[in-house]
Amino acid sequence: MLRRLALAVPLVLATPALAMTEAVTTYTLDNGLDVVVIEDHRAPVVTQMLWYRVGSADEPQGASGAAHFLEHLMFKATETMEAGEFSATVAANGGSDNAFTSTDYTAYYQRVAADRLPLMMEMEADRMNNLRLTDSDIETERQVIVEERNQRVESNPGALAREQMIAAQYLNHPYGAPVIGWMHEIEGLGRDEVREVYETYYSPNDAILVVAGDVEPEEVLALAEEHYGPIPAEPDLPERVRPQEPPQRAPRRLSYADARVSQPYLSRGYLAPERDAGDQETAAALTYLAEILGGSSFTSVLGEALVFERDIALHAGAGYDGTSLDDTTFSLSVVPKPGVTLEAAEAALDEVLAGFLDTGPSEEQMRRVRTKLKAAEIYARDSVEGLARRYGAALSQGLTVEDVAAWPEILQSVTAEEVRDAARAVFDPDRSVTLHVVPSREETVASREEASE
Amino acid sequence: MIRILSLTLAFCAGIAGATHAEVAIEIEEVTSPGGITAWLVEDHSIPFTALELRFEGGTSLDAPESLGAVNLMTGLLEEGAGDMEAREFQAAREDLAARFSFDVGSDTLSVSARMLSENRDAAVELLREALVAPRFDPVAIERVRGQVQSILAQDAQNPRRLASRAFYEAAFGDHPYGRPDNGTSESVAALTREDLLAAHEAALTRGGVHVGAVGDITPEELGALLDELLGDLPESGPELPGHVDFGLAGGVEVIDYPTPQSVALFGQPGLEREDEDFFAAYVLNHILGGGGFESRLMTEVREKRGLTYGISTDLVPLQNAEFWIGSVASANDRMATAIEVIRDEWARIAREGVTQDELDAAKTYLTGEYPLRFDGNGQIAGILVGMQVTGLPQSYVTERNSFIEAVTLEEVNRVAAERVDPQALHFVVVGRPEGLGEADAPRVTLPEVVVPEVVVPEVALEPQ
Repeated sequence: MLRRLALAVPLVLATPALAMTEAVTTYTLDNGLDVVVIEDHRAPVVTQMLWYRVGSADEPQGASGAAHFLEHLMFKATETMEAGEFSATVAANGGSDNAFTSTDYTAYYQRVAADRLPLMMEMEADRMNNLRLTDSDIETERQVIVEERNQRVESNPGALAREQMIAAQYLNHPYGAPVIGWMHEIEGLGRDEVREVYETYYSPNDAILVVAGDVEPEEVLALAEEHYGPIPAEPDLPERVRPQEPPQRAPRRLSYADARVSQPYLSRGYLAPERDAGDQETAAALTYLAEILGGSSFTSVLGEALVFERDIALHAGAGYDGTSLDDTTFSLSVVPKPGVTLEAAEAALDEVLAGFLDTGPSEEQMRRVRTKLKAAEIYARDSVEGLARRYGAALSQGLTVEDVAAWPEILQSVTAEEVRDAARAVFDPDRSVTLHVVPSREETVASREEASE
Repeated sequence: MIRILSLTLAFCAGIAGATHAEVAIEIEEVTSPGGITAWLVEDHSIPFTALELRFEGGTSLDAPESLGAVNLMTGLLEEGAGDMEAREFQAAREDLAARFSFDVGSDTLSVSARMLSENRDAAVELLREALVAPRFDPVAIERVRGQVQSILAQDAQNPRRLASRAFYEAAFGDHPYGRPDNGTSESVAALTREDLLAAHEAALTRGGVHVGAVGDITPEELGALLDELLGDLPESGPELPGHVDFGLAGGVEVIDYPTPQSVALFGQPGLEREDEDFFAAYVLNHILGGGGFESRLMTEVREKRGLTYGISTDLVPLQNAEFWIGSVASANDRMATAIEVIRDEWARIAREGVTQDELDAAKTYLTGEYPLRFDGNGQIAGILVGMQVTGLPQSYVTERNSFIEAVTLEEVNRVAAERVDPQALHFVVVGRPEGLGEADAPRVTLPEVVVPEVVVPEVALEPQ
């Protein structure tokens, strides 16, 4: 199996379970900053991550891309530092730094020798409050982001198609807008939109500090008190309530045509429940469902049926990531072999799904996923940064440390009936979007006629 | 929010007396009873072992008449072995929760394995079947051939792939580096089972393998593992290809492709890994375009002018060729300006060299960053095996920073003057850039996957 093929298909694999055998210590400072310390003393390295509970879905309507724009500008000047000095200082200390934005969070991180943590905290605390935005920095950085969107999205037909699909998936929720922003709105973003996100959300009571590596929890706490402790909480932090989805009552079908598409494929998304604090069982069952349907190119239901037995597809997969603040999606995808139409591939997919909904998973399928997820806990311990990301993502998306701790056990106790029931609930055509990605619609019609002859 | 706080920040820009982390691993050379050697770092804190194998040769072993054979063969290693067809093999692997991956590049074929301590023997036995006794079932061949053809078709529509194919083809001509790693759609269509058997025989040999192991395993256990895993492979394979000069002269080549953002690769001759000026050039490259936000190119092209999201350069020492390569992407109406800025920076660094401050900052970064790489079994195993492929001694991990420290301003600036050559800088641009002269006719060359590509991460998140 060649893996690059799978990259062409939009799907997010289920997040593997997390081991709790590593040493994790948590605190909350008086100003509301959550602190998570993950110890790993194998190498003299530390990663500091500061996660803000604000992402693209928290942006004002019409200002898509503002959270991500702010993320870029956070590397510019503060009251005491020049533009670029933050990263230059990290580099001068032999470290690397960067940041990322999603629908639900914005996170900044530095990876340095463990004894450099105090300086990293000092700088990260500084830019929580003291950003100094200039018009020329804003103007230049907007051009950088236009090029970023050109590179990630406009140059990539798969990304353009995915953007259309997500927009159709959400009728009302701001998850429908791309994290990087629509091009016309990026072009209109300025100081006001960015400032609003910064002033409203960049506060200790809206942030999670994750420190992972060769550190002692007491020392991290003392440093956090020293550097972040003096920053006042934001008293008017808005409650994080986004416009929610109404009942979805009609299947949506999209056909995206782009001459740059060489390999037609189809993708389908269903609106799906996410992991909620104290209520992760359905998400655990859906995690199994994604694994059983598409987690392995060889032994999963879709791969076996479409790639091996019927021999009509190059690839078939399923994806679900339950870590999300609001409703997430469950996705399926099929890349048909040459000569097989997308319509035929979709019909075959639906037949296989119908059969699965009848029988549910076998005990052997359940056992295999259980084994995989259990081992994933062991392998996950090799990357303390990976662990740091999981805590940051979970805590910025409505979960608690207890939820993260409970997740591996919840995964191990999922039953075949729960998976079958979760499948029956999630595969509701009225909550689905089906996307066909083709080089041109004319060709699709032609190949359909050919196939029906 | 009320911002009443005023923090006093005390950054020392020079970071005088900075004490960086040091690499603290012990590498042991293990020789199996059967005479196979490996480098081991024992660490029993997590109950699994990371094993990295590199077989010398890679796609360079493709015969001119069977391009893509080694790549297709590599894709088939996990598609059935011994008495197990593909699905049986994978079910057995999943039952053990072992992770195997197989990949191939122009110099090496790589095998990565992660195996739990509780069932390591069984996992090794399974991996041995894949390496020694792959089945190459006709049905599996057709399945993976279809996947390769699909990838080739996608590459034909990918500006970055088109640029790198054109770049390597022009730079290396008939040498294997100039040929498509994955083959062409015609060559892949024509590959036979015999071609794959021959590729397997040539590409996986005991004499050509390097091994790095890290984790919950003792030297004795590793010795036995090596014989079990690799003992039945052929002793040696065909002769490897020889050295080739970087054959591109200065200039700009435009390949027409309808896309809103042009992609450019640019390069010039480089330095061999053994060259006494290599470390000076390595530091120089870091200052010019080496990855971080502080490089001159990042500052001039992105930070000051907003012409791109990212630009970087790399000093590439392959086994048989050396060159400088960089990449940038800019909107069609801005690419010409980006190229002008890059050329100016190339000329400026050759003419004026770098400053002491730039050199100091680069050294602090490079020496500080190195130990941070050693943070996980998988990471370390990859470093161990990479060192062996490059021919570095074990002591390199502790000595490497002193090589960086020893580089002087005079050396860097001499190397800049002698080796950086704006006249020799060659650009391959794919897109519809404005103001770069007439585009060549639309190319119908087939898509191919190539040697080290400057990879742009494609993730759901948006790194800055």
